[in-house]
Amino acid sequence: MYLARVIGRMVATQRYPGLEGVALQLIQPLDESGAPMGDALVAAATVSTGPGDLVHWVDGREAALACPETYVPVDAAILGFVEQADVLGRDLAAPGNAWEQPRSAATEPH
Amino acid sequence: MLIGKVVGSVVATRKDEKLSNLKLLVVQVHGHDNKPKDQYVVAVDSVQAGVDDMVLFATGSSARQTTQTDARPVDAVIMAVVDSWDLGGANVYEKWA
Repeated sequence: MYLARVIGRMVATQRYPGLEGVALQLIQPLDESGAPMGDALVAAATVSTGPGDLVHWVDGREAALACPETYVPVDAAILGFVEQADVLGRDLAAPGNAWEQPRSAATEPH
Repeated sequence: MLIGKVVGSVVATRKDEKLSNLKLLVVQVHGHDNKPKDQYVVAVDSVQAGVDDMVLFATGSSARQTTQTDARPVDAVIMAVVDSWDLGGANVYEKWA
């Protein structure tokens, strides 16, 4: 599993059967120092997360096990909020300790 | 899942028989900022996507978790057609714009 910052939301009504009601959110994976790691991607949001939240998520086919219907083509799923993440002596969940999406340039490439 | 735009389709009559009657579409990967990347995949369509549709596709073993691609040599499946998405509240893509 990895850490990530939720950076956006997606609407896709035409989707594979069984994925009804599953929210889709864009996330930016973060590394152990709270910096962006790799490209942003879209994950199934199984809990009520939203843009700005620090979350932990899972990729691979195990992600489908976090969805209401488990036999679905899903390869990334947010599993929960991170309230505290003490890593190398820093709490990544504390304000300012982990990357956040720049307010003004929301569409600035990462 | 990754975002992509369907830019073409693949017709292959002589192929692994396990791939028979699967619709193969060529998808150009797009970044979350909707900039096209120099990266393409051939994905099985499971939601009646067409050329020029912005789609979401799953890769790896998850791609086999559909009725059509179960136990078949497939590692990319289109599982949604994208209507819109935003980043921190700012709209980035709108299908009907």
